Amino acid sequence: MHTIDTERIRQDFPVLHRTVYGKPLVYLDNAATSHKPNSVIQSLVDYYEGYNSNVHRGVHALSMEATDRFEEARVKVARFINAESPDEIIWTRNATEAINLVANSWPQGNLGPGDEIVVTEMEHHSNLVPWQKVAADSGARLRYLPIGDRGSLDLSDVDSIINERTKLLSVVHSSNSLGAINPVKDLAAKARAVGATVMIDGAQSVPHMPVDVRDIDCDFMALSGHKMLGPTGIGALYARREVLEGMEPFLRGGEMVLAVTMEDATWNELPMKFEAGTPNIADAIGLGAAIDYLESIGMDRVREHEVQLTSYALERFRELEEVDIFGPQDLNARGGVVSFHCSDLHPHDLGTFLDRQGIAVRTGHHCTMPVMSRLGVPATARASFYIYNTEDEVDHLVDSLKEALRYFGHGP
Amino acid sequence: MGPSDLDELYDARILDHARTPRHTDKVGSPDAEGSAVNPFCGDEAHIQLALEGGRIAGIGVQSVGCSINRASASMLTDVVLGKSRGEAVEVERRFRRLMDGGALSLDETDSLAELTALESVRAFPVRIKCALLPWTALEEALEDVDS
Repeated sequence: MHTIDTERIRQDFPVLHRTVYGKPLVYLDNAATSHKPNSVIQSLVDYYEGYNSNVHRGVHALSMEATDRFEEARVKVARFINAESPDEIIWTRNATEAINLVANSWPQGNLGPGDEIVVTEMEHHSNLVPWQKVAADSGARLRYLPIGDRGSLDLSDVDSIINERTKLLSVVHSSNSLGAINPVKDLAAKARAVGATVMIDGAQSVPHMPVDVRDIDCDFMALSGHKMLGPTGIGALYARREVLEGMEPFLRGGEMVLAVTMEDATWNELPMKFEAGTPNIADAIGLGAAIDYLESIGMDRVREHEVQLTSYALERFRELEEVDIFGPQDLNARGGVVSFHCSDLHPHDLGTFLDRQGIAVRTGHHCTMPVMSRLGVPATARASFYIYNTEDEVDHLVDSLKEALRYFGHGP
Repeated sequence: MGPSDLDELYDARILDHARTPRHTDKVGSPDAEGSAVNPFCGDEAHIQLALEGGRIAGIGVQSVGCSINRASASMLTDVVLGKSRGEAVEVERRFRRLMDGGALSLDETDSLAELTALESVRAFPVRIKCALLPWTALEEALEDVDS
């Protein structure tokens, strides 16, 4: 039945063996951040203990070793999302910085009054707030693909929203607050047909399913390391070489230059042109180790496990009549996220109740305030799954929800 | 029932006020109004005061949010009704001290009446802001009142 051996996987994650308030930890907040396996933690220790050094600078042994490991990690990211070349992978702090890099460097010469940027109503603030600023600065108009009733995109007007004025389409691949997986390949094709550039926010998709940037045919993709078993503080921007070559640098300083005179500077080759200053060497190497771990399982099987678990969770949630569940019902269009709301039982009360049972869920607006207003709720509670979660944990969640409903006087 | 430490947070008086909050009707043509919003969780509190002879003769609080926020708002209305501006400010300061873990004399504790039930929230630091939200709304309303 199970496509992956969760019991064996759980052995690799030290934090899963701790207790919370004397109870076993049930960690269902993976859309916020994932835990780290031993191999990732060890890769950080190995770097600092064994070959800590700056990259691309020294001719000494440690620096060459650090550079090799650091660049190997870049190759791993490129292969993981099927980029054509590792030069198309730019290290950033996180997905937010990757989007901000594009929002700062791409619009110049590409965007002006009368042009349109298309996003969706289900964007994380990180793929919304930067474009609001770009629109305000450039005079371009920001347009939205709306959310339909059940929490997937309503594409009935897509052909008028994406039109010849569209210069950029920037869309979330998998929604952190609804779980919806958007048809990014179709949307990218529509944008391509009108000559627009395409950016995909892959923060919630790359960790959980096979993602192929050339199959999607996007120009940019943002991803986040810490949501895919890697350390915090490391993310990446995928960008097609031709698009990158036409862009000005984001940050300026060391490493990103070829030659500097008193008056001027010329830019380094890709990807260094976009990586000013000493990069986050250790965490990039750690992300490489995380990718090794995910590939040892296989992304098809990661996805399959989450589909099974989500299917089981949705089935069990049907027992809770008082609880509304958001997001698509079609499992093929849904990530491992169950966002829910119970009228009269505020998500914060629920979050505190579940916390005392050892269950970690996220409560709040999930950095998607427009989504909450679209759903007509102030906040939701969200359970989000990963490779180490089990059906027993889903049972524990649902049983505790029943107990919470009774406790706050709403259930039987 | 839930786990015992939860029962300490959700004291029976808190659940009672959260389920059946007092003075929730809006005061028509109020003499003073205040609102507070927590942008992180979307909780809200809106307060109207009607004054007669320098005292709070009518009060309405509408809260949106968790049971701690709703209970605190409801208990607030019971305690400040009938008080002068100065007395209400003093109650607000005492309540903030209670939530901060400060020391209160027996008389001061008595003056807070059922609000002392919210002392349990101190063991759940992330929820203290929920208890304080309606008091921030009250503070804003009291700024409109001549002392």
